[in-house]
Amino acid sequence: MATAISISRRDLLQRGSVLIVSFALGGAAPVPASAQQSASGDLGKPLDPREVDSFFAFHPDGTVTLYTSKVDVGTGIRIALRQMAAEELGIPVDRVAFVEGDTALVPDQGGTGGSTGVPRGGTQIREAAATIRQALLKMGADRLQRPAADLTLADGEVRPLAGGAGVGIATLIGGKRLSLELDPKAPLRDPSRYTVVGKPVLRPDVPGKCTARHTYLQDLSVPGMLHARVVRPPAMGAKLLSVDESSIRAIPGVRVVRQESFLAVVAENEWAAVRAARELKATWSDWQGLPGSSDLPRVLRSSEFSRDETLVNRGNSAAALAGAAKQLSATYYWPFQSHGSLGPSCAVADVRPDGATVWSASQGAHGLRNTLSRTFGIPQDKLRVIYMDGAGSYGTNGTDDVAADALLLSKSIGKPVRVQWMRADEHGWDPKGPPQLLDLRAGIDSAGRIVAWETEMWLPVATPGTRPLLAADGAGLNQPRGQNAGQISQNADPPYAAPNVRVVTHWLKEAPLRISNLRAPGKIANVFAVEGFTDEIAAAAGVDALEYRLRGLSDPRALDVLKRATDMFGWQARPSPNPQAAQGGLMVGRGLAYMRYKQAENYVAMAMEVAVERATGQIHVRRVACAHDCGLIINPDGLRNQVEGSIVQTLSRSLHEEVKFDRSRVTSTDWASYPLLRFPEAPAVEVALIDRPNLPPLGAGEASTAPVAAALANAIFDATGVRLRSVPFIAERVKAALSRA
Amino acid sequence: MPKYNFQLNGRAVTVDSWDPNQPLLYVLRNDLNLHGPKFGCGLAQCGACTVLLDGKAVRSCVTPVRQSANHTITTLEGLGTPEKPDPLQAAFMAEQAAQCGYCTNGMIMAAKSLLNQTPRPTPDQIKQSLAGNLCRCGTHTRILNAVMRLVKA
Repeated sequence: MATAISISRRDLLQRGSVLIVSFALGGAAPVPASAQQSASGDLGKPLDPREVDSFFAFHPDGTVTLYTSKVDVGTGIRIALRQMAAEELGIPVDRVAFVEGDTALVPDQGGTGGSTGVPRGGTQIREAAATIRQALLKMGADRLQRPAADLTLADGEVRPLAGGAGVGIATLIGGKRLSLELDPKAPLRDPSRYTVVGKPVLRPDVPGKCTARHTYLQDLSVPGMLHARVVRPPAMGAKLLSVDESSIRAIPGVRVVRQESFLAVVAENEWAAVRAARELKATWSDWQGLPGSSDLPRVLRSSEFSRDETLVNRGNSAAALAGAAKQLSATYYWPFQSHGSLGPSCAVADVRPDGATVWSASQGAHGLRNTLSRTFGIPQDKLRVIYMDGAGSYGTNGTDDVAADALLLSKSIGKPVRVQWMRADEHGWDPKGPPQLLDLRAGIDSAGRIVAWETEMWLPVATPGTRPLLAADGAGLNQPRGQNAGQISQNADPPYAAPNVRVVTHWLKEAPLRISNLRAPGKIANVFAVEGFTDEIAAAAGVDALEYRLRGLSDPRALDVLKRATDMFGWQARPSPNPQAAQGGLMVGRGLAYMRYKQAENYVAMAMEVAVERATGQIHVRRVACAHDCGLIINPDGLRNQVEGSIVQTLSRSLHEEVKFDRSRVTSTDWASYPLLRFPEAPAVEVALIDRPNLPPLGAGEASTAPVAAALANAIFDATGVRLRSVPFIAERVKAALSRA
Repeated sequence: MPKYNFQLNGRAVTVDSWDPNQPLLYVLRNDLNLHGPKFGCGLAQCGACTVLLDGKAVRSCVTPVRQSANHTITTLEGLGTPEKPDPLQAAFMAEQAAQCGYCTNGMIMAAKSLLNQTPRPTPDQIKQSLAGNLCRCGTHTRILNAVMRLVKA
């Protein structure tokens, strides 16, 4: 029999841990209270994801703490995961506290990304809770002297279904560990009896965010902490030749830290560090290793291949294409894009002789710990990474790099160090969403049906090892040099009936800039191409865009989202372009796009209305109607917020965003040169959520981004008769395309 | 070190700064422990650092501390608390008008400034007055709805 309480709130506080877990829903993330924490990665709490005690700790006051490596980067899983746990445990959701992304406390369920928070993280938590539920019913049966089948869990107690006195969960567990293996097959509650899942429970972090009471990583201060700024080279691969420390003599209390070509300034006063980084005179070598961004599609097409991969090969596309009544071909392009986090990346590191702690907004605390451990030679069990909220990251922005900056500096000077990147650091140095080039070919028969489809893609290959950290590169530390931007080749084949389909990826050896996962990796561009090209085929066949798609689909869930989106929109059947597009100086049209995310997950259909200014090329997105099916809905308002945000963010990426670089450096390093969509451009967004209570829940952070660029391009074609196949659709480009038409 | 006096969230404060050109943002965040205003760009391009100076929205990342002297500064903390929020803060909560929330400070402060001057703005006026405030998560619709709640109220 285990005698130790797994880990209670009191334990955490007595151990001098940094965590105060707030049990009211008003509290959100664990709030760091002191730097007197043990730097050790081992606090004695179970961390093995095969054990239920790794996920849950039950406290004598009837509350429970949920531990997870899935973090809430603004997506709402901080409440959604609690709802999933509360539902199975029969505990009110406000009695579930939440600890996320602390490598010393949470089981490693993988990082947060790829829309896996709910479907993988939440589902595993639900399995752990369901396992506990069965155990509690058994314990309750012993205690109440009734068959377990006559009992239920509700309001934090096991009680007879027929009514009568129950017994509290805390009493049953009695402060012991449950010591149970997670049973993935433990029976789940019947969805028709859900009381918490499916409800729009308010997000616990929003009141704090609206009143400045929510503590962000950027707000963290630990005793003795110094502020640092890294001085990046003017050319990405330049070497540091010399530093003139006298250039910052007038700024008080600044120390220069240099390790090979890693250069930083450290000061007690943050503004002193900012000024010193700006004014420090350093000489760097020349470096011109980039191809420049102006001709990138051609560069990609002529880059060296690592290998070819055939992703789909059905029938004989070449023969069918050759024999088709009509052939079409087109090239689509998506540029490098930045995560564009509103707050530049930040980290605090405290390296001590007995171990190190890093506070980070990384979406993968465990992965970051492993990378930092390997790169800086600190054993994993002596390195603790603690997640705290930063600005939305939408993938791997500069957050891992800034953690390495802070760790290197703290290790070097022996004090806790906070590094926050400046705007130009984030825009210039965050690893980018990769460029994508797609050639598409189709053959259609006399009735307009697709008889052959070929997609040929040029994409940077994923290689083993982690992406090199800037600090380690600068300091000349040995590190693995991998690259990976996520599952970027998915959704490159049409979801419509087609007998002969071939999809090939030319995996390029290298990418000009470091790449990483950026929201819905690859899928936005691929769906832009596939759904844009489908629209081209429909227009060539003279068939309405909705009608054309319906003809090629049979999955009822696909038909449902298309019907819901177009009903909301008020879709009028007719071929594109719009014969009555002209409205004064505007040309008005509507577009449609459909996709099933990763060809296996969410169903999304989206209709969009645009007005294009003939004189300027300016695009106004007037309204968007989106229907979204992600299986079981956990929290409809949180889901709606994600879908709305996905649409608006991807409109921004489609209309405005392209990372520019010359031979030496990224040149789009602020919000003027890398603009985002602004309020006057925000369209009306209408979202229909389709709930499937008896199906597993899917993620919601990515799927509805995927059809946005296609729906937009299709609407612009409908309005103007001009097909845009390269993002972003900036006004000058549209104007030029209109004048060529 | 030079000292600067101002009214901050209803109380008189005195701060010193080694550099009279130190942006107010750093003084508020690091010396006065007010974390509502956020560093976003340091270039007055995004609005995350917005505070009210004599009731009007300014970008604290480019406002030298010396220019704040003898003025009245209000930060997000000064509007209300989770328990007793300002009506505008309450509207943002009711609309769940945040995702990561990093821009929320600027959105509320810019909208507050607008409402101080134009109590019943049109939707277009709201959009124009927030045009300089960036939101990366795409919560624009909810933010507009939140501000409109006060117009309709």
